[in-house]
Amino acid sequence: MSAVELHGVRKSFGEVEVLHGIELNVEEHHVVCLIGASGSGKSTLLRCVNLLEPIDEGRIVVGGEEVTAPGVDADRVRRGIGIVFQAYNLFPHMTVLRNVTLAPREVLKKPRAEAEAEARELLGRFGLADRAGDYPDRLSGGQQQRVAIVRALAMRPQLMLLDEVTSALDPELVGEVLNVIRELAAGGMTMLIATHEMGFAREIANKVCFLDGGVILEQGSPEQIFSTPQEPRTRQFLQRIVEAGRL
Amino acid sequence: MTSAPGWEQVKEQFFDWDVFKESLREIAPKLLVNIRIFLIAEVLILIFGLAIAILRSLPGPVFFPVRMLMVVYADFFRGVPTILVIYLFGFGVPALAISGVPRSEFFWGVVALTLVYSAYVSEVYRAGIESVHPSQEAAARSLGLSKTKAMRFVVLPQAVRRVIPPLLNDFIGLQKDTALVALIGPVEAFRQSQIEVASTFDYTPYFATALLFVALTIPLARFTDWLVARERRRTR
Repeated sequence: MSAVELHGVRKSFGEVEVLHGIELNVEEHHVVCLIGASGSGKSTLLRCVNLLEPIDEGRIVVGGEEVTAPGVDADRVRRGIGIVFQAYNLFPHMTVLRNVTLAPREVLKKPRAEAEAEARELLGRFGLADRAGDYPDRLSGGQQQRVAIVRALAMRPQLMLLDEVTSALDPELVGEVLNVIRELAAGGMTMLIATHEMGFAREIANKVCFLDGGVILEQGSPEQIFSTPQEPRTRQFLQRIVEAGRL
Repeated sequence: MTSAPGWEQVKEQFFDWDVFKESLREIAPKLLVNIRIFLIAEVLILIFGLAIAILRSLPGPVFFPVRMLMVVYADFFRGVPTILVIYLFGFGVPALAISGVPRSEFFWGVVALTLVYSAYVSEVYRAGIESVHPSQEAAARSLGLSKTKAMRFVVLPQAVRRVIPPLLNDFIGLQKDTALVALIGPVEAFRQSQIEVASTFDYTPYFATALLFVALTIPLARFTDWLVARERRRTR
């Protein structure tokens, strides 16, 4: 069964149509990477799947349920979908532990002790055990992003959306975050990843989708997309990436 | 100033040490009335101001009438001079003689100040709410928190922390404005100083009252500084 399906998804901001007719399928336990220039609609696509942005047309199906149908409880849908943002978006007024336990306690109504035990276990797994009591400002970018991933994982999502999660990081901190994602992929987590890390996409993705002008212009295995791209626009984009020394 | 032609006379009429000591003994206890007024009003203002700010931030066309009502409220009570609000409530409402409605001037003084300052404070809260980046709410909502819970746990705590200094600034204004309640009856520090002036024909009691109000606001100003410094230490 597909974990996520998008059918004819359209989304405009005012006059500008950012997504015009997205068709996408993500198999369960698969990693799908979205590549493409800034402004091609990658982030918007992820935000639509998470229902953070209402779509104008089309259907989005997550885990067999049409989440864009009228009357669907968006809060319930979001519980099962983790999203991690480029800018981390941790809550600066809360400790790391509180950041991670907030949703399990307030949404899932888990008792404090249980939520904290689970949070500490997750933080420990990603090398953040000694950071539980710190405020986010005291952490490095890489640590903050790992906390953001843990915060999303604490809700036990069946799907993770990663929105250029390494783009704001110093180069030497990118590795630690990519390792976390590798670990998630190895554990069978279904993920939809918008990324500029082409090498990483090539390594981890089951499928790569090239977005251009609000449509998925080309999709296929990483081998296909990176080695034998069919569309001229894809070739052009990858050429520029190669010239920039990023692939 | 000391070389001004009228200085000798002013010195005698405004800064008479004996009158100062004497009047302070009478005025200081009455300052407790001011303190009671603003303590009660402050709690109410914090609650109403926040409620108004939240109601005004409700999204969508459904809440348009609510938002509109709050805008009218804030415009009205920020526009009307405080002294007029105090007169209207202090003299007007009791004059209606509706049974069950309190007649105490103290009560209506507190109500008037609460209405006026809630309008100001709601604007301060609103600025705070709007200063929290939308990505914070998005992060909260993405975890499955409802709009209300995102507001309560993520947006408001950050908003309130940011507006504590301007909020307390408004409260310093409120502490001073408690003196206006004197004009509808209650004998508080300012009213008492008028009584002292009338009985001694010396203006020193006004000076004494001024010092009392300054002494009252300084702790609040220092408390504000301390809160800001503590917050900085905690999150960095």
